[in-house]
Amino acid sequence: MPIAFSQGFTPHPKISYASAAPTGVGSEAEYLEIGLREPVDPARLRDALDAALSPGLDVLDAVEAAGGSLADRIEASRWRIELPDVDPAALERAVTAFTAAGEIQVERMTKQGRRTFDARAAVIAIDMLPPSETPSGEPAVPCAILEVVVRQVTPSVRPDDVLSGLRVVAGLEPPVPPRVTRLAQGTLTAQGEIVDPLDADRDGATIGER
Amino acid sequence: MSVQSTTPRPVAANSVWPQLESLLPQVTKPIQYVGGELGAVVKDWDAAAVRWALMYPDAYEVGLPNQGVQILYEVLNELPDVLAERTYAVWPDLEKLMRAHRVPQFTVDAHRPVRDFDVFGISFATELGYTNLLTAIDLAGIPLLAADRTDADPVVLAGGHAAFNPEPIADFIDAAVLGDGEEAVLEITAIVREWKAEGCPGGRDELLLRLARTESVYVPRFYDVDYLPDGRIQRVVPNRADVPFRVHKRTTMDLDAWPYPKKPLVPLAETVHERYAVEIFRGCTRGCRFCQAGMITRPVRERSITTVGQMVQEGLEFSGFHEVGLLSLSSADHSEIGDMCSGLAEQYAGTNVSLSLPSTRVDAFNIDLAQELSRNGRRTGLTFAPEGGSERIRKVINKMVSKDDLIRTVVTAYTNGWRQVKLYFMCGLPTETDDDVLEIADMAHEVIRAGRAATGSKDIRCTVSIGGFVPKPHTPFQWAAMERPEVIDGRLKLLKQAINADRSLGRAIGFRYHDGEPSLIEGLLSRGDRRVGAVIRKVWENGGRFDGWSEHFSYQRWVDAAAEVLPAFGVDLDWYTTRERDELEVLPWDHLDSGLDKDWLWQDWQDSLSEYEQDDCRWTPCFDCGVCPAMDTEIQIGPTGKKLLPLTPVNGLKLPAGTQQ
Ligand code: B12
Ligand code: SF4
Repeated sequence: MPIAFSQGFTPHPKISYASAAPTGVGSEAEYLEIGLREPVDPARLRDALDAALSPGLDVLDAVEAAGGSLADRIEASRWRIELPDVDPAALERAVTAFTAAGEIQVERMTKQGRRTFDARAAVIAIDMLPPSETPSGEPAVPCAILEVVVRQVTPSVRPDDVLSGLRVVAGLEPPVPPRVTRLAQGTLTAQGEIVDPLDADRDGATIGER
Repeated sequence: MSVQSTTPRPVAANSVWPQLESLLPQVTKPIQYVGGELGAVVKDWDAAAVRWALMYPDAYEVGLPNQGVQILYEVLNELPDVLAERTYAVWPDLEKLMRAHRVPQFTVDAHRPVRDFDVFGISFATELGYTNLLTAIDLAGIPLLAADRTDADPVVLAGGHAAFNPEPIADFIDAAVLGDGEEAVLEITAIVREWKAEGCPGGRDELLLRLARTESVYVPRFYDVDYLPDGRIQRVVPNRADVPFRVHKRTTMDLDAWPYPKKPLVPLAETVHERYAVEIFRGCTRGCRFCQAGMITRPVRERSITTVGQMVQEGLEFSGFHEVGLLSLSSADHSEIGDMCSGLAEQYAGTNVSLSLPSTRVDAFNIDLAQELSRNGRRTGLTFAPEGGSERIRKVINKMVSKDDLIRTVVTAYTNGWRQVKLYFMCGLPTETDDDVLEIADMAHEVIRAGRAATGSKDIRCTVSIGGFVPKPHTPFQWAAMERPEVIDGRLKLLKQAINADRSLGRAIGFRYHDGEPSLIEGLLSRGDRRVGAVIRKVWENGGRFDGWSEHFSYQRWVDAAAEVLPAFGVDLDWYTTRERDELEVLPWDHLDSGLDKDWLWQDWQDSLSEYEQDDCRWTPCFDCGVCPAMDTEIQIGPTGKKLLPLTPVNGLKLPAGTQQ
């Protein structure tokens, strides 16, 4: 790939990741920007990258950036949180308490040390799903499932912070580690829908203009 | 989305992935356990006639770049009916969880249990990996002692430099291979394949016997060790008629015929080296007397300039690495190193590819090479290894470099723009006195003084880095006494004071050292016999892991274990380490043949004590070290006279073969 490098003593390839999912979390919607030295056909770039990456790291699409920063288009994420061995009724009570609260202070270790912040305000939606919809294909164990839509804020509110919030408001303690998957991220419509951040670049007119 | 998700992770039938996955979010750097690197190979289990699990017994970040394992992995996987997967030491956090959840030692490629394989090969670059071997065997569910294993267990096979004396781990391994592995693994594969095809006649014992009969696979159980009343070894003899008295090392000749690695592994996690490494030659006949690697890898076999050029081109294309390492024991000694470096620098000019060469020879030529290599802008520190502080001790160790040469070389480096130079030394060498070590301070002072004078700048530095000397088997120092850790630490303290005695010069000199204690334990393990196995086991039972890491290594744990188990044999830690051996003592590795003639080694040891230097057989007549006639090998060096042709770097997007366009 004719990747571009930064200037300077130790040149680095120009890659930037927009709000990467935390370690140990699955994702179906990660985005990154790559700087290139010369124009290439995005479809072929996709093929080349996908072939070089590990199984399970699938490059789905590549588009030429029409300008603007990718990070600015990441306004919110939708997450699915599977909670094996959690009683759906208990989860429902916790979600009700969470929704009713105005503010929920949680703690997390960040690179700057231990921080306390509100995990409630950034949560736009928090819904329980019927247990049959596990996307991960795990064998059928009793499992409660949540879907949450969280706004991109600083410090970021992650799925584990939402779970901390559920513990704070309702004492919910998952007995086994939850399985978390990011389903989507992008710009947020007035209706609370998440729009693929690359949609803006797919508009042929924009590319033609450059 | 315009394209559907393409490759769901394939889960092998015997994969432990489903159990492992839920543990990973709870451990540090879980990505080191997931596999799937570019260059990794996953094959159909049932279609393979012979299956190898290969281990580097250290953390993934150290083990993945290891050349030995990468080469054998590729050589084996190229055979259609053979499957090889990799496994590394798991950190204690995951070990604990694996024990609690009954997840066995697994390979990173398809996450299969190590116990399911036919051969479990472990690569020992250093003896400090022994406790990690025990963890892996135990986690795999394989009995710790070779004697307790059944047909359900793989053959546990040690290789790498430390396998030249595998006696300390003789109870835990089934077999060991001395020397180069490329052909050895193919031969072992053929024996296992045939034995399995015949329906495994005679079980495990018969398989091991067939391996032993090759005369190049050592099977410790077929040899008995008898001891004298004073604790020394009386003799080591085969306990059955059809195994050889001595087991010989393997030597891969014609490196151009073995251009591996072709498809280097590209790690997903951060590792100690992220580069494409090519060995430009094997072996070294400089004859430094402390250097086991130089002694056991003779003779010198060069890879030709054209093969190196081609390997670099293909390796970079496959991997996308931006750094090339030209490896060997003394890279500047390649007969065509100049043309090789300038040719490669030329080919990759204007790209982001940088070249590096672990060069330790002290002469101006090295600076020319370094200049060539830093053409693309990157100027890393330069390292020189005089190893000994005084002229006298350098004669003892046969490292022929004068103080004037060293200072001239370093000053050339400073005047050519280098600001930082590293100097390597050893402490605790045979016959060493305080004065020998204190001369290091003089040398460092003079380097800075001369450097300041030549550059007119105060902005130059040097770092003095000191390691403890460890006597190794198959070297002229195999008979030598080690110095006590207190003496070493005392000398290092004196040296530090001497360096800082001049405040102005001292400020420009960095001082890095290892204290004497870990070296003493390395000494126990490197020259140990089978009785040391009990110490290793005790240390491991008491929690010893990752002994190569200072934050995990506990000297006290080793001392306590030695004090607990060794007296029963009438020996102790000092007996193994600080005791000088005499000419007639049977050494634990005497039945393991590195090709070196024991009489020649003894003579070289005596020459060392009388400060007599030995030349290099590449440029002076053969001095009869014994290797070439014993192993039926010969020196293979250039020059070939060939040059690297200019190559047009392919620009633009490259699609891997087989990708739809
Ligand atoms: C690169 C390198 C490193 C890298 C290693 C990266 C890595 N993960 O491999 C780093 C910088 C991390 C490193 C560290 C150290 N290194 Co170092 N290193 C080297 C170097 C320059 C190249 C090694 C190499 O790749 N060789 C080429 C491969 C192909 O050879 P190989 O591994 O021996 O494998 C062949 C055979 O041994 C055999 N084989 C190997 N494994 C197996 C397994 C089986 C089952 C079989 C059948 C065969 C087999 O087959 C292979 C192919 O023929 C060598 C010098 C050299 N040229 O060898 C020093 C060298 C190996 N290192 C050495 C030392 C001392 C160390 C350290 C202990 C230094 C320290 N004090 O910290 C540490 C130990 C690190 C660790 N925990 O393992 C010494 C070993 C001393 C000795 N035996 O006498 C060497 C020889 C340098 C020297 N001249 O002193 N090192
Ligand atoms: S130059 Fe000396 S230290 Fe280096 S490999 Fe050769 S013999 Fe060993």
